[in-house]
Amino acid sequence: MAGHSSYVPGTGLTRWLDQRLPIIRLVNDSFVAFPTPRNLNFWYTFGGVLAFMLGIQIVTGIVLAMHYVPNSELAFLSVEQRIMREVNYGWLLRYLHANGASMFFIAVYIHMFRGLYYGSYKAPREVLWILGVFIYLLMVMTAFFGYVLPWGQMSFWGATVITSLFSAVDQLVPHLGTSITTWLWGGFAVDDATLNRFFSLHYLMPFVIAGVVGLHIWALHVPGNNNPLGIDVKGPQDMVPFHPYYTVKDGFFLVLFIIVYLAFVFYAPNFFGNPDNYIQANPMVTPTDIVPEWYLLPFYAMLRSVPQKLLGVLVMGGALVSLLFLPWLDTSKVRSCRFRPLMKQLFWLFAFDCVLLGYCGSQTADAVWNIAGVELPLVWIARLGTLFYFAFFWVLMPWIGKIEVTRPLPESIAQSVLSKGDGL
Amino acid sequence: MRRLLPLAAVFAALCCSAGMAQTASEPLPPKEMNWSFDGVFGTYDRGALQRGFQVYKEVCSSCHSLNMVAFHDLAGPGGPGFTELQAKAIAAGYKIPAEPNDRGEITDDRGNRLTRPGVLADHFPQPFPNEQAARANNGGALPPDLSLIIKARNGGPNYVYSIITGFGRAPPHGFTVMSGKYYNPYFAGRNISMPPPLNKGSVSFSDGTPATVSNEAKAVVTFLSWASEPQLEARHRIGFEVLAFLVLLAGLLFLTYRKVWHGKH
Repeated sequence: MAGHSSYVPGTGLTRWLDQRLPIIRLVNDSFVAFPTPRNLNFWYTFGGVLAFMLGIQIVTGIVLAMHYVPNSELAFLSVEQRIMREVNYGWLLRYLHANGASMFFIAVYIHMFRGLYYGSYKAPREVLWILGVFIYLLMVMTAFFGYVLPWGQMSFWGATVITSLFSAVDQLVPHLGTSITTWLWGGFAVDDATLNRFFSLHYLMPFVIAGVVGLHIWALHVPGNNNPLGIDVKGPQDMVPFHPYYTVKDGFFLVLFIIVYLAFVFYAPNFFGNPDNYIQANPMVTPTDIVPEWYLLPFYAMLRSVPQKLLGVLVMGGALVSLLFLPWLDTSKVRSCRFRPLMKQLFWLFAFDCVLLGYCGSQTADAVWNIAGVELPLVWIARLGTLFYFAFFWVLMPWIGKIEVTRPLPESIAQSVLSKGDGL
Repeated sequence: MRRLLPLAAVFAALCCSAGMAQTASEPLPPKEMNWSFDGVFGTYDRGALQRGFQVYKEVCSSCHSLNMVAFHDLAGPGGPGFTELQAKAIAAGYKIPAEPNDRGEITDDRGNRLTRPGVLADHFPQPFPNEQAARANNGGALPPDLSLIIKARNGGPNYVYSIITGFGRAPPHGFTVMSGKYYNPYFAGRNISMPPPLNKGSVSFSDGTPATVSNEAKAVVTFLSWASEPQLEARHRIGFEVLAFLVLLAGLLFLTYRKVWHGKH
C-alpha cells in the first residue's frame, strides 16, 4: 500500500541520517503521509485509543512497581498503605492503572466488534486479525496477573480458581494436571512464590504486547485500512494522508475517551472493582462469591455452564481459539455488514449474547430467573448462550455467507462519500 | 439497532422479575443516606470527622484496629482538621508498645509489655496483640480492621451506617438468634457477633451535637470513610480541574477537526 515513499529529507543532517537509518522516513511513511481511506468513522478511532492505553498502563505501572512489594506478607500493605496513602499521588497512579485496565478492555472489545462488523478480518487482513487475537490473549493474561498483585481476597481466590483449572488435565493423564498447577504455583498452593512470578510476568508481558502491536501495525500498513464500506480503495481520490486528517480525528475522539476514563478515575474509582479485594488475602476464608473482573465474565459463564471440569476448560479455551479461525469461517465475498442484511442481525444477536453471558457470569452459580412463576436456572441461559456463541462462529457464519443475498456495493469510497456528503 | 430494542426490553423485564423471594436470613438492602462526601464536589464534614474520631476512640477502638491510619494523618490536608499540636496530644494519649530498652528488654520485671507515649509517626495501636487474642475476647469472632472497611463492603458508608444503627428490632417469627449473637437485619445471615455498639449518650460531643445513635453513627461513618479514602477531597478537586481542561481541549480539537476535514466529507 505504502509502496512509494514520499519522504524528502529537508536538511543535510536528515539526508545523512536517511542514508544510514531511515527512521524519519519510516515514521513519515507510517504515521504522516500514510494513505488512509477517507471514510473511516468513529469506530475506527479505537486503535489509537488502545495504543494510548498501553502507554498509560506501562508508564503508571513502572512507577507503581517502584513502590510495590511482591511479598505475600507485605503486598497488600504496600498497595493500600504505602501507595494509596503515603506516596505522593500514589492514589492517582493506582486508580489510573486499575481503571486503565478496564478502559483498555472496553476499547479492545469495541475494536474487535468493529472488526467483526466491517469484516476487517477477511482477506487480505487475516494475519492482522490473528495478531490482534494474540494481543487480546496477552492482555487477558496480563490483566489476570495484575489483578493478583494487590493480594486482596479476590486476587488470591481468583488466582486459585484460574490456576486450578489446569488440574482438569488429571482427567486425561493422571497427576499431570496437578503437577502443572504445582509448577505454576511454585508450591502446593497460591503463595509467595506465585505472587513473585506473577509480578515478574506482569512486568514482562506489556512489552511483549508492545512488540506484537508493532507487528499488528506492520500487518495493517501492508494491505492498508479496511473501511466501513468494506470495499478496496481504487485510487488516490479514495484516500487522505493520515496526518493531519486522522491525527486530528483520532486525537479528538481520544480526548473524549480520556474524559470518560478520568471521570471514573476521579469520581468512581472503585466502580469496576470488587469490595472483597479491599480485604487482605486470607487462605483460610473463602469469599462467598468468587467472580473474575468484568471483562472475563462471558468466559467464566461458559466455564461454569459445563458440568464437566475438563470439558468446561476446553469450551472456555475454544471460545478464544475460535476467534483465530474467523477469517476462514466467514464464507461471504462481502466484507461490511452494511451490505449483509442477515449477518448484520446475526452480529447484533452475537453482541447481545456476549453481554448476556457476561451477566450470567456475574451472578451466583445457583442463580435462578423467576419468569411468571417458572423457575429458570441461570446456568441454562448460560448454556444456551454458550451454544449460540459457538454456533455463530462454526455454523451460522459459514452458512450465512453462502446463502445471504448481499446488497449492491458502491462503485468506490469517493463516490459513496461525495453522494452522501458525510463520512461519519 | 432498532430491532434490538424489544430484545433489550425483554431482557430488562427478565432481570427485574429475577429478584428472588426474600428469606428470613437474607440481609435487607442498606439504608439510603446522604453524605457530604458524595458527588463531584463532595468534601468531608470537618465537624463530623472530629466527632467520628471521638466515637472511634471511645467506642469502636476497644475492639477494632485502625492499622493504616497514622496520628499525623489527623492533622493532614483533607482530614479531620486537627492542628499538629492537637494531633501530638492525641498521639501522646496512646500507649504504644515500646522498642527494646538499653538492656534489650521489652517487658518490665513483672512481665508487662513496656510502652511509651505515641508520637505523630505512630499508627493507631491495636486493641489486641494478635488475632487469637481478639477472637478469645469476642466469642470467637474477629473484629475486622477498620482502615478500609467502607471500601471493603458492598454499599460502603450506607452499609456500615445500617449495620451500626440496625440493632434493636425484634427478629421475625421463627427466626433463631444464635447464642452469643445479636439480631441485625442488615448483616448477611442476620446473626452478628458485634453487640450493639452505640447508645444514646455513648459519647459526649463537645460541640453540643446531641449524642443520638444516628448522630454518632453518621459521625463515625464519616470518619471511617475518610480513613478508607483519605485523599478523596484532593481527588475531587484535581478531577474537576483536569476534566474542565479536557472538555476545553476537546472543544478546540473538535473545531480543528471540522476545519481540517472541511470539504473532505
